[in-house]
Amino acid sequence: MIEIKGLTKKYGSFYALNDLNLSLSEGTVFGFVGANGAGKSTTFSILATLLQPTAGDAFINGKSVKNDPHEVRKQIGYMPDFFGVYDQLKADEYLDFYGASYGIPAAKRAELIPQLLELVNLTHKRYEYVDVLSRGMKQRLCLARSLIHDPKVLILDEPASGLDPRARVEMRDILKQLKSMGKTILISSHILPELAEMCDEIGVIDGGRLIAHGSVSDIQAQLKGERLISVKLKGLTDRAMRFFEEDPFVSGLEQHKEKHMITFKYRGSEDDQMRLLKHALEEQLSILSFAEQETDLEDVFMEITKGVETV
Amino acid sequence: MRINVNNPVLVKEVKLRFRSLKSFTGILFYLIAMSIFVFGYIFVTTAFTGTGFFRPDQSFLLFGLLTFIQLGLILFITPGLTAGSISTEREKQTLNMLLTTSQSSLQIIIGKLSSSIAFLVLMLIAGLPIYSLVFLFGGISPGQLGLIFLFFFLTMVTVGSIGVMFSTIIRKTIVAMIATYGTMIFLAGVTAFFFIITIQVNMIGSGAAVTPAPLAHFWASINPGILVFTLLNPTTEGFVNELTQIEFPIWAGYTIFYVLISASAILISIKKLRVNMKRSK
Repeated sequence: MIEIKGLTKKYGSFYALNDLNLSLSEGTVFGFVGANGAGKSTTFSILATLLQPTAGDAFINGKSVKNDPHEVRKQIGYMPDFFGVYDQLKADEYLDFYGASYGIPAAKRAELIPQLLELVNLTHKRYEYVDVLSRGMKQRLCLARSLIHDPKVLILDEPASGLDPRARVEMRDILKQLKSMGKTILISSHILPELAEMCDEIGVIDGGRLIAHGSVSDIQAQLKGERLISVKLKGLTDRAMRFFEEDPFVSGLEQHKEKHMITFKYRGSEDDQMRLLKHALEEQLSILSFAEQETDLEDVFMEITKGVETV
Repeated sequence: MRINVNNPVLVKEVKLRFRSLKSFTGILFYLIAMSIFVFGYIFVTTAFTGTGFFRPDQSFLLFGLLTFIQLGLILFITPGLTAGSISTEREKQTLNMLLTTSQSSLQIIIGKLSSSIAFLVLMLIAGLPIYSLVFLFGGISPGQLGLIFLFFFLTMVTVGSIGVMFSTIIRKTIVAMIATYGTMIFLAGVTAFFFIITIQVNMIGSGAAVTPAPLAHFWASINPGILVFTLLNPTTEGFVNELTQIEFPIWAGYTIFYVLISASAILISIKKLRVNMKRSK
């Protein structure tokens, strides 16, 4: 459904995007993770035919964004990270304008608009002027706008940014509904746990490069080779520090004196980890707890992007 | 490229424009100003002559003054209406969403331009009853009025196209507006100055012999003020032709030049609207 080949965008000598390659099949929900300025919005702008790549190309349903932008526009629904609304239009007129802009006949638009407003829970705001709607409502209306021509692909740039927790939950529910409708969705967000919940695949972008791509569990499993262990002791001792330091599978040892805790990365197998604990108890290190920390998407992101040079 | 008769941008723009109080008050004050001028002129003329009637030559003078006032209004209002058409969408962050719809660049540009012109045409039509008052007193032919309105329309389209072009290629509305007003001042004022200068230079250069001055004729042909004079009083054209020694009609030169400018400005706008795309249908 989406094929990105060697996509590069340069501004002078600065690479906003550097040789991005990605392939997504139909119905996939893909989460784009990256810090500000990593290249997420640039990628989305190119896919939305708003920006010409310096090199490479992207294909949506086989149509090139470079050579066939008009056809690509019919296939995508785009929601930018920042957008405005027309002050003097009512919610239904706003959708009607965009429906007409996609060449949908008036009779069909009249049918579609109430359905879309219902989907985004804005039926009660149908005759309200859009500029008086709350931020969350505007975001939902914009999502409805991007769905008016029933696109196969949705490109949503930070759809939940700036929303309060309740509005975020509402937005997430709508996105889940769209996922169940079989839409291919590309979504970027800073709220990483939200992506983990709804995405089939995630891509981590940093300095314009896609540095990791796969399912959330795949990427977490990659990191499992190096588990994060925390050990709580009854009183920290140099002896305990030395003990863990001497183990060949331990690295990144850190001492948290106020919490009486030691954390480290462990590369050994589960059997090795078992032996380490047994040995520590034999050494009478006064261990209160010995636990493997759960890695969430934020840890994954921090871990992957650590040490990546910005181009 | 296909022009959709039911242009969504045009429909939306007309809706937005006519919902704003600014448009209503704009037309209201325009009509009030026109009325004060026309009735004031008639009153002053009849009161001071003590005759109580209004002669056709005075009616013609009123018509001429009204034409110049309307030309001034067109040149003043059109840049204000068009120079923000695209850049305002960019500033309000609505342009990207508009550009990802199936609408062609041509449709968007024509929609923007025609909505502004529709508003100006409405202003002219709203002022027509006051304008037509001069017919009551004679001295003006309907053909003359028709020609003047055609001239207004062409000027509006050209200044509007230039405004839309600057709005497309310049990101900031204020800068686009300055550029459009600058161009308008050049066309309405600087060309007249150039006409006088080139005539003077031609006279000095040729001595006693009278030689054709095509450049001077060109400056005269693209100046809206000179064209209004020739439309109001055809003998003016003979005077200009005598000065430049070129017989080409002023109105024809004006029409060709302004149509070319409009077409070029619209083409540039279409090409630059989706500035980064290789090909826009």
